[in-house]
Amino acid sequence: MSASSAASRPAAMLGLSIREVSQALRDGRVSATELCRKCINQIQRTRYLNAFITITEETAMEQAQRTDSRLRTGKKGIPFSVKDNFCMENIETPCASGMLKGYVPPFNATVVQKLLDQGAVLVGKTNLVEFAMGAGSTDGVFGPVRNPWSYTSLYREQSTEDPDSDWAITGGSSGGSAAAVASLSSFLALGSDTGGSTRNPGSLCGVVALKPTYGLLSRHGLIPLVNSMDVPGIMTRSVHDAATVLRILQGRDERDSTTVQAPSTPPRLPEHFDIRDICVGIPKEYHAPGLSKDTLAQWSRVADMFEQAGARVQEVSLPHTQHSIVCYHVLCCCEVASNMARFDGLEYGHCSKVDSSTDAMYATTRHEVFNSVVRRRILSGNYFLLKSNYERYFVKAQQMRRLIAEDFKNVFRTGIDVLLTPTTLSDAARYSDFIQEDNRTRSAQEDVFTQPVNMAGLPAVTVPTALSHRGLPIGLQLIGQTLQDWKLLTVAQWMEQKVNFPMIHLHGESNERELNRSVRERTHTIGS
Amino acid sequence: MAASSSGYSRMFFKLRKYANKSQSLYHTDSFNVVIRTIWTSGSKTQLQPKVHTKSLPQMVGVVGLEIHAQIQSTSKLFSGSHVRFLAPPNSLVSHFDASLPGTLPVLNRRCVEAAVLTGLALNCTINRKSLFDRKHYFYADMPAGYQITQQRVPIAVNGMLVYSYFEGRRRNQVVTKSVKIKQIQLEQDSGKSLHDDERSQTLIDLNRAGVGLMELVMEPEMCCGEEAAAAVRELQLILQALGTCQANMAEGQLRVDANVSVHRPGEPLGVRTEVKNINSVRHLAKAIDYEIQRQMEVLQSAGKVLNETRAFDSKSGNTIPMRDKEGLQDYRFMPEPNLPPLFVYESEASVPAGVDPAQVVVIDRLSGQLPELPSVKRTRLVETYGILQEHSFTLVNEDGLIDYFENVVQTTKAEPRKVIGWVIKELMGNLNSQNLNVSQSPISPCALAELISLVESGHISSSTAKQVFQEMWKAPEKTVGQIVKEQDLWMINDKEELQKICKRIVDSHPEEVQIIRGGNKKVLNKLMGEVQRETKGRTDPVQIRAILEKMVS
Repeated sequence: MSASSAASRPAAMLGLSIREVSQALRDGRVSATELCRKCINQIQRTRYLNAFITITEETAMEQAQRTDSRLRTGKKGIPFSVKDNFCMENIETPCASGMLKGYVPPFNATVVQKLLDQGAVLVGKTNLVEFAMGAGSTDGVFGPVRNPWSYTSLYREQSTEDPDSDWAITGGSSGGSAAAVASLSSFLALGSDTGGSTRNPGSLCGVVALKPTYGLLSRHGLIPLVNSMDVPGIMTRSVHDAATVLRILQGRDERDSTTVQAPSTPPRLPEHFDIRDICVGIPKEYHAPGLSKDTLAQWSRVADMFEQAGARVQEVSLPHTQHSIVCYHVLCCCEVASNMARFDGLEYGHCSKVDSSTDAMYATTRHEVFNSVVRRRILSGNYFLLKSNYERYFVKAQQMRRLIAEDFKNVFRTGIDVLLTPTTLSDAARYSDFIQEDNRTRSAQEDVFTQPVNMAGLPAVTVPTALSHRGLPIGLQLIGQTLQDWKLLTVAQWMEQKVNFPMIHLHGESNERELNRSVRERTHTIGS
Repeated sequence: MAASSSGYSRMFFKLRKYANKSQSLYHTDSFNVVIRTIWTSGSKTQLQPKVHTKSLPQMVGVVGLEIHAQIQSTSKLFSGSHVRFLAPPNSLVSHFDASLPGTLPVLNRRCVEAAVLTGLALNCTINRKSLFDRKHYFYADMPAGYQITQQRVPIAVNGMLVYSYFEGRRRNQVVTKSVKIKQIQLEQDSGKSLHDDERSQTLIDLNRAGVGLMELVMEPEMCCGEEAAAAVRELQLILQALGTCQANMAEGQLRVDANVSVHRPGEPLGVRTEVKNINSVRHLAKAIDYEIQRQMEVLQSAGKVLNETRAFDSKSGNTIPMRDKEGLQDYRFMPEPNLPPLFVYESEASVPAGVDPAQVVVIDRLSGQLPELPSVKRTRLVETYGILQEHSFTLVNEDGLIDYFENVVQTTKAEPRKVIGWVIKELMGNLNSQNLNVSQSPISPCALAELISLVESGHISSSTAKQVFQEMWKAPEKTVGQIVKEQDLWMINDKEELQKICKRIVDSHPEEVQIIRGGNKKVLNKLMGEVQRETKGRTDPVQIRAILEKMVS
């Protein structure tokens, strides 16, 4: 690692938005190579976060150099990272599971390819929970991801314990991606969102996290969790950036039959936008038990903000939302049981040495490497799908899913444009507290506000709103109508400009000055 | 998508070995001689096993069929891999076929069109909206751990297949029956497992994995092997006419499993067995008849028929229990979440706005493409040429034979009824004995027409013509005229010469002449035979008889 090159250039680059850093690249204030090197250095400096499974330093530098030599336009040279459940040609993709250890996909996921086509530079694959099953990013084979905000001065000053024992989780399952963006290691990261897996860590790590409308982004190359709910998620440090990336990634992909034609979108979010035309719904069912005081306070503050600015704010009801989690549990397990059936050790991945019979080989192969979370979901899913249980579980859950989706439709039919809700119950839990409960319980708790949106296939975005009294981020979620992602982001940008969420300030880092400077520069550009 | 790239083909070279503890999904991969003629059973008792009891009505067999027809298409049902028989192992495998994580199915429109065409030809109702499901079970040659099929709403339902077979001592009475087609569903084929018992390992070839299949379910409305065989034969002809399936059973393009049970009419159906591993129409009939007989005997001896899967053993002609995969399977069906519902449209006008009609399946368009179906063809042949119905079956059964026949008819003045005899007896007899198909015939329709014309015009006798036919078969480079000339086979029409020959025969057979003169006219035939032998059949029997009668009177 060459520290000198990073230090010799203007250092404030990493905290910029994509829009700003693109301008810097175009103006020649920084080269793609320099920018890439800075990101790689930042990843190395923050290794303790465990945000990355693979750092693609060599290919990233090569790609950056090529970009510099060609002087291409577009999103050239922007370093990005990708959750390790997206397939990338020639890059090991274990998906945080022993099952796919050493597995190197022969093709690129469509969304990754689209970014590469734009000249963006992949710096690494990010950590997650095994096969993205869980809300904590705590139990993958590569270990838990740590929340960058628990390494800020504000958090550390309140803590009496060692930074290695007292730290907060990132949320999940796209915890590595959220940490990568939050710790300024990447300008953008791809996550996936099945029950909140992009928005949940986005909220806990203080980044903008967009779950687009189901079908707007291709799932080709995304190792599936629940096919009927999975959506690639976009994580950035500004709503504007999320919109930029959405524009690049959206649209029909012939390799994914569930994708739809993207509605025509202008090149950027509108600069002038009258919030008084907007009607914001506040679902009363989201006043859930366990909602923290801080989160509730932020929810009220932002609702008032909308109202004071002239938007219509009204309470709405989503009566079936309460059943969403249990219903999700059934549907998720069923699809997991089905999707995981391909991991038999024959064509790729782990293969047991036991070969007394085909069945024995299958059983031991799967038993040896799937963790208990995966195994439990497979077992439950197969149970729900048994002929004698199918009507009682799967069909019922599907019916309920339809009712949940209907709830949203009914609300939007009354003229509501977006819904404003908390993203999570509270700020990020301490790791040592979080692991007191099992994965299933945690998933049920953590996904409560995010999961119904996946049932209905709607777009939703979490916007970092404020820091809690512990110094950890709190995000609020905006939910939009199907294929109205652009409108959703327009409102989200308005909100982002009003809430003034602070920039991260990592404690005791050698590059503290650099971070400080970037905070100042960024504050400067907000609202531009 | 590229069918095979070096990037992942390496995966298939490290196919892992494991003990062979289970049997292949389909057992139709051996290569048998193609069955070329409709099979007709010789003995009626074997056909309809009868077990008599005094008070009860006799038991009858009940047969339903499940048929997997491999769709004739250039690429697979859900991937861009090519479909080809006998390609090098694992050379036609896309990422999806190998079920790499993150790959998704993309429906092949040609396969849907093939299923709709087949549905239309079998008088089915085409479902405007059908759905795909996953059927789960672990099997080495099914990499995803599930098969994508249409369990809930298949593409076509409620059809009917009309078929015929022959009865009577001379097997020339046509019996026409029909069987209901419950449904036609689209689904994926599996790969192939090649078991190496010696080294106790299994090799997997995924070339076939993901090829489109139409599963046709025929209701249990047949009663014996002959009916089932006739139904399948008719289905083969229809599929071949449509071009939706090559329908060769020996190559596994058509796989037929028979559900067989016995009961007494009026009583509920008996416990059924499923008979697999049948790779020809002839074996199908044999397997079913054996199974019916077996079940009747089991019941007669107060035993119980087990609900089991049995394999037909073509060597012994028996069915034997298969070591079942895992006993009772629960397939844990689930909707396939990666495929939206499959819509087909009545007409171009009913295609919704925003959808390109060229990119969807339109029933009207396909109805217009339906070719002449075998039953219509047969009726036309009987009506146009006045040939026997049974001959129309032979003509339709053989690929290319109708064209051959019509070609001959057009080039000769002979009656079609006479031509058909030559085509069916001589041509097909020779082709069958040498296991050739019509296109491989050494005798062209023109040459045969020429031969028939010579008979018609009295230049050669019909018995000579048969001889010439065999010569032509051996030496296709020679013309009919050449052969007749070289072998001196022209008819002897010279009266004087005929008189001389007859005189010679009469003179050398004094005893026979005496017997004839004594009143036994039958012996004249012997003299006629001698004349024919002497002249190598080059004489007109009517003429010879007249001369001989005069001489001995």
